[in-house]
Amino acid sequence: MEYFLQQLINGLTLGAIYGLIAIGYTMVYGIIGMINFAHGEIYMLGAFISLIAFLAATTIGGTSVPIALLITLFATMILTSLWGWTVERVAYRPLRGAPRLAPLISAIGVSIVLQNFSQLAQGARVKPLPPVFHGGITLMEGNDFTVSLNWLQMVIMALTLVLMAGFTWVITRTSLGRAQRACEQDMKMASLLGVDVDRIVSATFVMGAMLASVAGLMVTLYYGVIDFYIGFLAGIKAFTAAVLGGIGSLPGAMLGGLLIGLIEAFWSGYFSIEYKDVATFGVLVMVLLFRPTGLLGRPDVEKI
Amino acid sequence: MLKVEALQSGYGSIQALHGIDMEVARGEIVALVGANGAGKTTLLMTICGNPRASAGRVLLEGEDITRLPTHHIIRRGLAHCPEGRRIFPRMSVLENLQMGAAATAPAHFGQDLERVLDLFPRLKERLTQRGGTLSGGEQQMLAIGRALMSRPKVLLLDEPSLGLAPLVVRHIFEIIAAINRDQGVTIFLVEQNAYHALKLAHRGYVMVNGKIALGGTGADLLANPEIRAHYLDGGAS
Repeated sequence: MEYFLQQLINGLTLGAIYGLIAIGYTMVYGIIGMINFAHGEIYMLGAFISLIAFLAATTIGGTSVPIALLITLFATMILTSLWGWTVERVAYRPLRGAPRLAPLISAIGVSIVLQNFSQLAQGARVKPLPPVFHGGITLMEGNDFTVSLNWLQMVIMALTLVLMAGFTWVITRTSLGRAQRACEQDMKMASLLGVDVDRIVSATFVMGAMLASVAGLMVTLYYGVIDFYIGFLAGIKAFTAAVLGGIGSLPGAMLGGLLIGLIEAFWSGYFSIEYKDVATFGVLVMVLLFRPTGLLGRPDVEKI
Repeated sequence: MLKVEALQSGYGSIQALHGIDMEVARGEIVALVGANGAGKTTLLMTICGNPRASAGRVLLEGEDITRLPTHHIIRRGLAHCPEGRRIFPRMSVLENLQMGAAATAPAHFGQDLERVLDLFPRLKERLTQRGGTLSGGEQQMLAIGRALMSRPKVLLLDEPSLGLAPLVVRHIFEIIAAINRDQGVTIFLVEQNAYHALKLAHRGYVMVNGKIALGGTGADLLANPEIRAHYLDGGAS
């Protein structure tokens, strides 16, 4: 029981991170029908930017960790979203209206470019960050096992909740979100209503990159090591999460992220840690075989 | 108000419009009739900049809008109610109307909403319902209402009668007449239902294979034996 609870906590933490990345996939897919395979790299850049920003903030700003973290959070979100914006502007926008395969190949190209850029600029070795958070609370003490929830896990879950709530608010309540949903349903019609479609697509990439960058920051703090290659696996897993939840569905991406995190944690905990990725991608295969629309993918009820 | 000069356009290597000249004066209702595939929808879409004109000009209030991006053209006072209505199916009726006002100042949203809902009381009952669950006639009302939310000077209507029951068609045409009469909106109407359209319009054009074949007042065109033979006696009520 204690062991189960601990895995649940670990899984939820991991799932929060996957969920944040998955939203970027699902939003971009919803709006321009393309899988942005460079999104994992945006997350990786977010991790690097957060590491640099945190080191810079602690060097310049002194010893107050909360303030340094806050500065890091904002710097990471802003700088990474700039990357997201640039990628769309340079690699995808010129291909709007091209056959679907073209932007997909372009995305893979961007992914390789960003990986190699990070490798050259930051070196290929893993970058460590000493633990910033210490301690936590003990939830339960068994005979030979204690269930603990550390501060960082709490911060990750709380921050994810805040971001998801804010993000949901933007999508459902603001005029920007309304325009995004309109573009997702009928882009040509949105432009016929005076919506600047290019601006909306840019905003979508910026929002996706922002959320992914926070995931990058969280992973940097949680695992304490990052390298230029982390975007690949995390990206594919978040993509799996988006497909599991139903690609194009925002609640689906959040749910899919959580489920993938839980599957990974429980598989590692009860079966074998070596095969955790196999479990995740096994899920991807199962979903594609038996429920290609995903858990919350919608069967449309529409009159023609 | 809206003037088209020697306009050519098409999709890829297929040319659909072969030099169109036409004009809609302020306060008029002008109907464009023609057979399937004559290029009527292409003309309306080219006026809105999608697809782009390959030659010729489009003038709105004397200003050249041919090369402007679609959303700029719309913001200059054109509203387009496209073929097939194209309402946003997974948005509520209210949100669809809000999208219609996307390019205008939010200050007079309430006033515009009231004006549209007065015109279409039916929509008022269904404000929170999803667009995709409305009936065909209601969807058409929503599409017209959405177009009116931007306070257009010129309203482009593409086949508003498509797929609707005769009684509903009559109702929609009455409303189109009222929009023109009471709100002073200039209307350019594309229709296959030539009888209704020409009866409603002050003037009309007939389009054949991407060219304007005939023009004249609605009554003259209705009386023209050739038009009767081609577009009226066949199926229209």
